Amino acid sequence: MSVMYKIGVVGERDAILGFKSLGLDVFAAYEEEEISRTLNTLARNDYAVIFITEETAMKAKETIDKYTSRPFPAIILIPGAKGSTGIGMMAIKESVEKAIGTDILFKED
Amino acid sequence: MAQRLNVSPTRMELTRLKARVKVARRGHKLLKDKRDEMVRQFLELVRENRALREQVEVKITAALQSFVLTRAVTPEQKLEEAIMIPTRSVELEVGKKNVMSVYCPVIQYREVYDADVSPYPYSFSSTSEQLDSAIQNLSGILPAMLDLAEKEKSCQLLADEIEKTRRRVNALEYVMIPQMDDTIRYIKMKLDEDERGSRIRLMKVKDMIAERDRQEVLARYAKEA
Repeated sequence: MSVMYKIGVVGERDAILGFKSLGLDVFAAYEEEEISRTLNTLARNDYAVIFITEETAMKAKETIDKYTSRPFPAIILIPGAKGSTGIGMMAIKESVEKAIGTDILFKED
Repeated sequence: MAQRLNVSPTRMELTRLKARVKVARRGHKLLKDKRDEMVRQFLELVRENRALREQVEVKITAALQSFVLTRAVTPEQKLEEAIMIPTRSVELEVGKKNVMSVYCPVIQYREVYDADVSPYPYSFSSTSEQLDSAIQNLSGILPAMLDLAEKEKSCQLLADEIEKTRRRVNALEYVMIPQMDDTIRYIKMKLDEDERGSRIRLMKVKDMIAERDRQEVLARYAKEA
């Protein structure tokens, strides 16, 4: 493997600034169009993993769904500055429902 | 009753269909096995995924909270200036792992940094100590986050593939195979019916010939008498 892939972080400025100090590339985006444009650009430019805050992700669900079935990039929801809203977990639940037809993991709790 | 296929009821078609249904049965069995195994692996993976996500979410929330606190006590420009030029960067090496013919990503990361340079890209005198701990927290969870990314993506891809396989299994089991079975039965019945028809015709013809011969013999006797 010769190509080096990068990690991107998309979200509100407050939430993502910290990741910059780790050497990740951060992109602040607020409007739906802005978010999808950022995601599409990142996907084209060797970003293998894109972390996106939950609040931002909610605004651009369509664009994210587009990349769900592709091997790359992996778009992963992370909680924003306001804490977790639970939609990251919902995404796992959704994939369970998609695969099995019913939710058998989250029922017990 | 499944819809019959639109084929002509000939012996050749019957042979062809029999071969097809055999292949379909075999394919159905294989796909079913594939689906079962994928579901098993998926469940394992999704459990790990869930546990990992719970951990990571808690950690990120905590780290971001300390970061927000830092923001509260540091002027915005100062903060941006402090972390504008990071001293380290992260590179990813991405491989593929074949899980039941689904290509799952394998992410290996490498932090690129200079051992001599501190991980904090700012002077301690100009920022508050909360920033230090916020950054320390964040850098601690990066490996877990990448692990999560790998697992979650694998889950998504596997879920996709399971859905596809399930559709195929169901299509074979409830549409294709019954359809072909019905068609085979139809052709068999049709062929049998044709055979019975031609046998009856032969018997009829034989009777007619026998009757004609009898009449001829009778006529001859009548003339002689």
